[in-house]
Amino acid sequence: MEEKDIHSELASIRSLMERSSRFLSLSGLSGVMAGIYALIGAFIGYGIVKEKYISLTISDSYLDNPLIYHQLLLIAGIILLLSILTCLILSIREAKKKGENYWNPVSKRLIISTAIPLFTGGLLIIILFLKAEYSLIASACLIFYGLSLISASQYTFSDVKWLGFCQITLGLLAALSPESGLILWAFGFGVLHIIYGTVMHFKYNR
Amino acid sequence: MKKSLEQFNKVFENRIRLQIMSVLVANENYDFNSLKDLLEVTDGNLASHLKALEKEKYILVNKTFIGRKPNTQYTVSAKGRSGFIKHLEALENLIKQQKKL
Repeated sequence: MEEKDIHSELASIRSLMERSSRFLSLSGLSGVMAGIYALIGAFIGYGIVKEKYISLTISDSYLDNPLIYHQLLLIAGIILLLSILTCLILSIREAKKKGENYWNPVSKRLIISTAIPLFTGGLLIIILFLKAEYSLIASACLIFYGLSLISASQYTFSDVKWLGFCQITLGLLAALSPESGLILWAFGFGVLHIIYGTVMHFKYNR
Repeated sequence: MKKSLEQFNKVFENRIRLQIMSVLVANENYDFNSLKDLLEVTDGNLASHLKALEKEKYILVNKTFIGRKPNTQYTVSAKGRSGFIKHLEALENLIKQQKKL
């Protein structure tokens, strides 16, 4: 066997091991879109809060007005749905462009490993909401989203875990100072997503 | 040189068998249809190579059904894993030796 052959053999083994165990068609662009949705949402949310209280920070003083929280939760829910849809559509398109089957054992594992922490977080947020513990909601969103990213990173680009660590850090900061929840939320879901999505797009998709 | 050639595994001389092992080593398990998609081979071709690996006890086969459709999952055995790693080491040694020459 020629040395060149061995090199190409080893390279093909490596590529196959990677392709079979990681979903590499995750779209970076969908991260940018999710960030834009989140910033628009945060802006609308800020508008709702400001209208009543003329302050950027969320505090216990709105406890007398649960309607604000209902509206904020509705906005967050819409952003989440739009982001997931965008991510699915763009990633499926990316996989098709590469001529890959997007529904394979790895993409299934990726979805399951992302969904478990995400659903746990979602249920916790609903419980916090029902118990009127509003101050920890922004923190819970960030922490559980961060955990689901770290869990997902086993089955896709491992860079995803760094975004996860950043979200968890922001979430803990939000728990420390709940009055900055909205700003930290907007930074985590908006700004970080746009930065991350842009980096991933140029690193992998182009 | 001779020693490293002895380490070469006849089972892995075939490219598709080596590819199947690469996938199974990197994953807990893999099913027939997904392997077929990934390696872009025909049913019969894949089945015969899987059979050969099964005969060598390099892979374990688990046949189940999802509804009425057969769903066959393949897992690498301990023997298969060590055989695969030895084969990779042999390939690497070969490169090292050729560099020395």
